Amino acid sequence: MKILYALFAAAFAALAIVPFAAPWLQFVLTIAIAKGFAAVGVALLLRAGLISIGHAMFYAAGAYTAAFIVLRSGISDLFVLLIASTLVTAVIGALVGAYLVRYRAIFFAMLNLAVSMVFFALLSKLYGITGGTDGLRVPVPTVLGMTLTKAGFDIVLFYVALALMAIIAGLGVQFLKSPLGHAVGAIHTNEVRLEYLGVSAWSVLLIAYTISAALAGLGGAIAAVSIGHVLPDYAYWTESGHLVLTAVLGGIGGVAGPFIGSIFLEIVHTVAVGVAHNAWNLIMGATLLLVIFFLPQGLYGLVTKSADKTSSAKLGENKS
Amino acid sequence: MLDMALPLIMDALANAALIFFVAVGLTLVFSVQRILNVAHGSFYSIGAYIAASMGLWLISAGLNPWLSFPALLLSAALVAMVLGPLVERTLIRWTYGRHEAIQILVTFGLFLILEDLQRLVFGVRSIYQDTPMALLGVSEIGGIFYLNYQLLLIVLALAVLFGMRFLIKHTRLGRLLVAVVADREVSLAMGINTDRAFVLAFTLGVFLAALGGALATPTTGVAPGLGAETMVLAFAVAAIGGLGQIEGAAVASIIVAGAKVLAVYYAPAFDTVAPFLVMLAVLLVRPNGLFGTATTRKI
Repeated sequence: MKILYALFAAAFAALAIVPFAAPWLQFVLTIAIAKGFAAVGVALLLRAGLISIGHAMFYAAGAYTAAFIVLRSGISDLFVLLIASTLVTAVIGALVGAYLVRYRAIFFAMLNLAVSMVFFALLSKLYGITGGTDGLRVPVPTVLGMTLTKAGFDIVLFYVALALMAIIAGLGVQFLKSPLGHAVGAIHTNEVRLEYLGVSAWSVLLIAYTISAALAGLGGAIAAVSIGHVLPDYAYWTESGHLVLTAVLGGIGGVAGPFIGSIFLEIVHTVAVGVAHNAWNLIMGATLLLVIFFLPQGLYGLVTKSADKTSSAKLGENKS
Repeated sequence: MLDMALPLIMDALANAALIFFVAVGLTLVFSVQRILNVAHGSFYSIGAYIAASMGLWLISAGLNPWLSFPALLLSAALVAMVLGPLVERTLIRWTYGRHEAIQILVTFGLFLILEDLQRLVFGVRSIYQDTPMALLGVSEIGGIFYLNYQLLLIVLALAVLFGMRFLIKHTRLGRLLVAVVADREVSLAMGINTDRAFVLAFTLGVFLAALGGALATPTTGVAPGLGAETMVLAFAVAAIGGLGQIEGAAVASIIVAGAKVLAVYYAPAFDTVAPFLVMLAVLLVRPNGLFGTATTRKI
């Protein structure tokens, strides 16, 4: 395990010097980390054996919340935006989740899809509020009262995202070790036994769902201020599919997996987009199939091959 | 009042017919294979592309335009014969009995691959080819004009509905499928070639999706993103009707198309939301859909 931590520290240090060593990567990585938050949320539900093809709606909800706050209230501090978006998305997640976590398997997937499609359609149709399919422009936020240039803000945002990633990863590891974290995995392995132990599967899942929504909202808010534009397409169901893909590619065995998957995908995308613009989805689809067939623990599984394999680390194992 | 309502009803029924073809394919594959095929919408759009290209070719080659009708059917059959067995044998078969998350992801991977293949083969422009609709023209009933093509769609949808019923209730293949759905292992032990049943059911599902796409081209044309749009609509219809229920899919198609038409008429902003609101409302009350049979839950 010590080697693993050293590896993560080295990777983190490498990321931290990116704005100086490879400035072109800075924006790519900010978006990768933003999507990584959402993918971590999706991975958390996957650990419980639930697949959500609707999580892009929380990503979009976070992004639109940030946009609304800047445009409507005039408050434009980065930290206020991130915290408020995360909280608002958590509330939306709790409300939606209270209804959805009663369902399992395909019904859970389909209901998430349905809710997210309603959300997507409302975003694109309510022109007066959401700007319709044009979306909303998000001005550059201030940071702790300081007004920065776009370039300066981007550097600050990158380090904020990086720091948040480290914090979330740390908290995530603790969460997975906690009784609640184990209960989430237990829903996948044996829900009945969990209920016999006196643990309410409904409340465990509701908490997990709320956390996963909040994480996606945080990611969406980071993306919104980084790109400076929010669009209804953020919530489309194919985006949700991509989030699941990212989580599975990285591996759902640990918190680091989805981030690894997200950073890997965004970098490969940036490189590949010039070579094969129209074939990007094809490459992604083929990669996804290869990972599912040959690498059920994802890229993260490659890193932790020596570490012990917990039962819930593998996607779809222990069908209950 | 009726004069105003009749064209709307006609519109709704024609829409319902188009949705039904896709949804019934999805629901068939679900009931036999127990797989929610996310790539199902891609078969619809591939059928649409092939049909539109074939139609355009027929016109440019100067052949009899009435040939465009069999061309619609032929293109759907072509898609099914090529893609059905290929996809089932290579990808879908591997996912039988595995976790839903894996099944959904594998078919999502397939969806991504098929989407880009369509872009590469057919380009990114939309194709519009309405020869069949123009040929049939309009007919006047009681002072109101109807597109004959819409009537044809409704008739075909009914034919598919009753054809499916006949297939399942009264043919050997149908009986075999019912047996496989009920218990795969026992069917296997009784000497039923379940592999063959699976290939046939999946190919039939692909055919129905491609047929829906082919029949839709004269009315709506085909453009990139069509597959993804159709997919979610078919999901909604199949879920409302109850996954695996053929008659349920028919009723749900009418409900969804009706909701869409009403939305277009009264609140145009909500036409795309309507199917999903209906789906949420129905599943809230009946989690297994209108006609779905309750399976015992494990809690």
